[in-house]
Amino acid sequence: MTFTAPVLSYALLSPMLILLGGALIGVLVEAFVSKALRPAVQLTLTLGSILLSFMQLWRIRGEQSLTAAMGSVVFDGPAALLQGSILIIAFISVFLIADTENFTALAAALPGSDEERHALQSGNQVTEVYPLTLFAVSGMLLFPVANDLITLFVALEMLSLPLYLMAGLSRRRRLASQESALKYFLLGAFSSAFFLFGAAYLYGFSSSISFSGIREAIVGGGGNDVLLLIGIAFLSIGLLFKVGAVPFHAWSPDVYQGAPTPVTAFMAAATKVAAFGAMLRIYYTVFANAQWSWTPVLSGIAIVTMLLGSLVAIAQRDVKRMLAYSSIAHAGFLLSGVIALNKAGLDATIFYLLAYGIATVGAFAVVTLVRDSSGEVTDLNRWRGLGKRSPFAATTFALFLLAFAGIPMTSGFIGKFSIFSAAYESGAKGVVIAGVLSSAIAAFFYIRVIVLMFFTDATEDGTSVEIPSILTRATVIIAAVITVALGVYPAPLLNFITDLAIFIR
Amino acid sequence: MTTSTSLVYLIALPLAGAALLLLGGRRTDKWGHLLATGLSASSFGVGAYQLLQMLGRSAEERPVSQKLFEWIHVGNFNVDAGLLLDQLSICFVLLITGVGTLIHIYSISYMSHDPDRRRFFAFLNLFIAAMLLLVLGDSYLNLYVGWEGVGLASYLLIGFWNQKPAYATASKKAFVMNRVGDMGLSFAIMIAFATMGTVSFTGVAEHAHHTSEAALTGMGIMLLVAAAGKSAQFPLQAWLGDAMAGPTPVSALIHAATMVTAGVYLITRSNFVFDAAPTAQLLVVIVGAITLMFGALIGTAKDDIKKALAASTMSQIGYMILAAGLGPVGYAFAIMHLLTHGFFKAGMFLGAGSVMHGMNDEVNMRKYGALRKFMPITFATFGLGYLAILGVPPFAGFYSKDMIIETAFNAGGVKGIILGCVTLIGAGITAFYMTRVIILTFTGTKRWDEDAHPHESPWLMWLPMAILAIGSVTSGFLLSRGDALVNWLHPLFAHHGEHEELLKPIVVSGLALTMVAIGIAVAFLKYSRNEVAHVAPENVSVFTKIARQDLMQDRFNEAIFMRPGQALTATLVATDNAVIDGTVRGIGQMAMGSGSALRGIQNGFVRSYAALILVGAVALVAAIWVVVQ
Repeated sequence: MTFTAPVLSYALLSPMLILLGGALIGVLVEAFVSKALRPAVQLTLTLGSILLSFMQLWRIRGEQSLTAAMGSVVFDGPAALLQGSILIIAFISVFLIADTENFTALAAALPGSDEERHALQSGNQVTEVYPLTLFAVSGMLLFPVANDLITLFVALEMLSLPLYLMAGLSRRRRLASQESALKYFLLGAFSSAFFLFGAAYLYGFSSSISFSGIREAIVGGGGNDVLLLIGIAFLSIGLLFKVGAVPFHAWSPDVYQGAPTPVTAFMAAATKVAAFGAMLRIYYTVFANAQWSWTPVLSGIAIVTMLLGSLVAIAQRDVKRMLAYSSIAHAGFLLSGVIALNKAGLDATIFYLLAYGIATVGAFAVVTLVRDSSGEVTDLNRWRGLGKRSPFAATTFALFLLAFAGIPMTSGFIGKFSIFSAAYESGAKGVVIAGVLSSAIAAFFYIRVIVLMFFTDATEDGTSVEIPSILTRATVIIAAVITVALGVYPAPLLNFITDLAIFIR
Repeated sequence: MTTSTSLVYLIALPLAGAALLLLGGRRTDKWGHLLATGLSASSFGVGAYQLLQMLGRSAEERPVSQKLFEWIHVGNFNVDAGLLLDQLSICFVLLITGVGTLIHIYSISYMSHDPDRRRFFAFLNLFIAAMLLLVLGDSYLNLYVGWEGVGLASYLLIGFWNQKPAYATASKKAFVMNRVGDMGLSFAIMIAFATMGTVSFTGVAEHAHHTSEAALTGMGIMLLVAAAGKSAQFPLQAWLGDAMAGPTPVSALIHAATMVTAGVYLITRSNFVFDAAPTAQLLVVIVGAITLMFGALIGTAKDDIKKALAASTMSQIGYMILAAGLGPVGYAFAIMHLLTHGFFKAGMFLGAGSVMHGMNDEVNMRKYGALRKFMPITFATFGLGYLAILGVPPFAGFYSKDMIIETAFNAGGVKGIILGCVTLIGAGITAFYMTRVIILTFTGTKRWDEDAHPHESPWLMWLPMAILAIGSVTSGFLLSRGDALVNWLHPLFAHHGEHEELLKPIVVSGLALTMVAIGIAVAFLKYSRNEVAHVAPENVSVFTKIARQDLMQDRFNEAIFMRPGQALTATLVATDNAVIDGTVRGIGQMAMGSGSALRGIQNGFVRSYAALILVGAVALVAAIWVVVQ
């Protein structure tokens, strides 16, 4: 028996390898560096790895290869754009994660135990969150570039497992946090099973696990269509779960609410980019020729997701849950870009992902600022009159909400406009009508929050706004500037995306 | 076409001044006005340099363009932010920055006692930048940005003394009436895009040949509405008189020399539209002729010196619009009259400001009289402007206005005779009301209020007046010598054959001078021989009464637009409350209701969530099954 050594093009894999290396060093730092130095070292290491990874990605942005890792990984324009978006979002999310107020002192301690109290008093900090973040980010980078079903599944688990853990690290309301982590894990495992099941059916259909093999089998025809259809359906369930599309969305409000807010920000923004990135590749390249079977169903899911996300968001009294439902609605908007199945849809979805991701991180960053003595205040009633107490927090939050609502002069408008016009071009008129309708419903509750913050009087309950730390402030300002810049002058980025976003097969 | 990278400085310099002064706040109080003046002057320097460069090139290569950035790229709608400096826009650039700088200098002294002088200069710079953008934009959309910018600057400057409610109301009136015109411009842009798919000047010019005449007529009429709003032409003229509430340098700069001429610019710039749409072109002529008479008649009855000058501006712009409506033969003369008018009218407004400065801000001419001896320089400069506007040879107006009268006569047929007579009579009335202004202000007996101590203004004020007076004397001769301006602008406008001459130029001049002489004589008989009443007499003819009320323009607006508008708004508000808001509230309540109901699914139990996923999975497979079957 002879073994051939795998041929790897390290240059194209290096954005991921750099992050994995950084994560492994981070684990060692946990073990060997003194407690006092750890936060600073970890933060520097994490930001440094992400930055280095991004620089490497920038260098190779024009490359194209189907054989970056023996056919398991593909690298092309969309890959570069999606990976770049994930890295940018991760970079500003890490700023938030560095704010120690949000994380438990000792993750392993039982809530309310003596052990936990002791850890709190001794000023311990959880710094494991940094390597976990890096592992998750590298999984996210792999997800949209995976080129066979096994790699796709590995990437899915690689990004999910650290997120399950991170969701349980909240400093306050630890029980709720741990509950959400467990829910996320159980439901994630459940949907992963569907995903694997679907992968098995697709293998049964095409006797291949590689994307190109499956596509050839679809194009060639003659296979057993039942296997193909069940395969597509189950694989889609796994992916739709990750993006929080109805009816696979139930985890997201609970997890968004329970998880520490910086983790929610990271999860909401970066996971969406990664999961939609993978969906784009799969539906645009692998399943494109089986379009007749899945577009009607996916359109139905998109419509239900948009409407349900927008409607239920109105009834929310908690700002994090409201943002969770808003993110469900946005998953629906993004699905209309996947359904479009044309070049314009691809460009628009990539632009939307970056614009939405950055506004999301910004919005959750503002949520971390509004506090009272027992931690973050997420009850919307207590956000009354925030505009008077903290113009900075209220104004920036209003800006992000306007971007979510798709008001002109914000990135959200350009995103919604281009994604809906792409869907319309492709003939998905029902989806566009539902999209515009639910945008109108969504605008109702976004603007209600703005009215609440600026035009109602505050209740005297001691809700205060923390003077933002320099890192949190940086996150908010960067996100706000990008949100406005992409709304006012989006042409350069749109052109960049148009030039680069071409899938290779 | 030549490209350049320095055009943007024309706009950037004054814009930077506005930004510095507004953001710098009180810290810039001491030197802000000097900076603003300097920046305006440097912008003039850039313009002059561009002119010299242009002169060195052959006619085809004179236009200079600069692409700033890709502005809007949506689908097949592409607009770049770009600048275009050609033979037409350079005239405007030099007028705006030249007269603008002189008025900056004048304002240093005029506004020296105002605590908000810095803010005033910031707005002036903002205006200069916006006006330059208006004339330099290379597409209708870029022009539109400047168009709105000057509207804003004008609003801010008219209402500069907004502590007086009447002034704030005046600025609001100007703003609202301008909106009507702006709506015309936006419709014109929409028509251009819908029928030709482009909004750039070069693009529209290319497509104009093979676009339906109906579309071009529609676009032309909309452009005319826009021009009427900005240039105070019939029927959107009512705001100009009230705009005189602003400080006098503003009236000179914005409401005499530059902004109000934007309509003339728009029409000459859109020559390719109007040349292909004769109906719209005819409407332009009619609007010009009506406004010409309208303004002249109002001018005869105004006792407020600034309002008399404003009516005169309206009338003179009527001349320009009329000329522009005469097609290729008229464009160059419209621009020539615009330039000479820029000199003499700005000069006279500054003169009026100088008089007001010496007379405790009194504007009623019935309380002036005999100021000639006390303000000799003001009298001299104002007098030269007066001779220029009358069209007495060899002053500037003689060259520009006579050309317009001549062209009007040569328009051919009945149209030519009517237009010729209107312009001739207009010239006579102009002579009458301007002579009236001179007599009431500078000659006769003192009718001052007791606390008035008239004195000549400081040199910072009379120097700009003197320079403008030199322009009023010489500009007409210089611009028409060897047809200099006509030849300069010739490459831009379609070629035209020689028209038959109805009247020889010498006859036209003779007729015009006769009309002017009659006008002067009537004014002398009426005002110089009799004592001027201190208060406007009440027992006057019904025509005077109507003219005093601006020919009922406000009543007209109220009856035709305002009351029906108010009724319409009231109905709309009622409908909105009952139907639209009702629906919205209904949807909101329905949405909240269904939202609350749907929230029930979210019960927090992981087993329910898993069940939901399972149900969803089954539904998904079933749906695919249904679709495939």
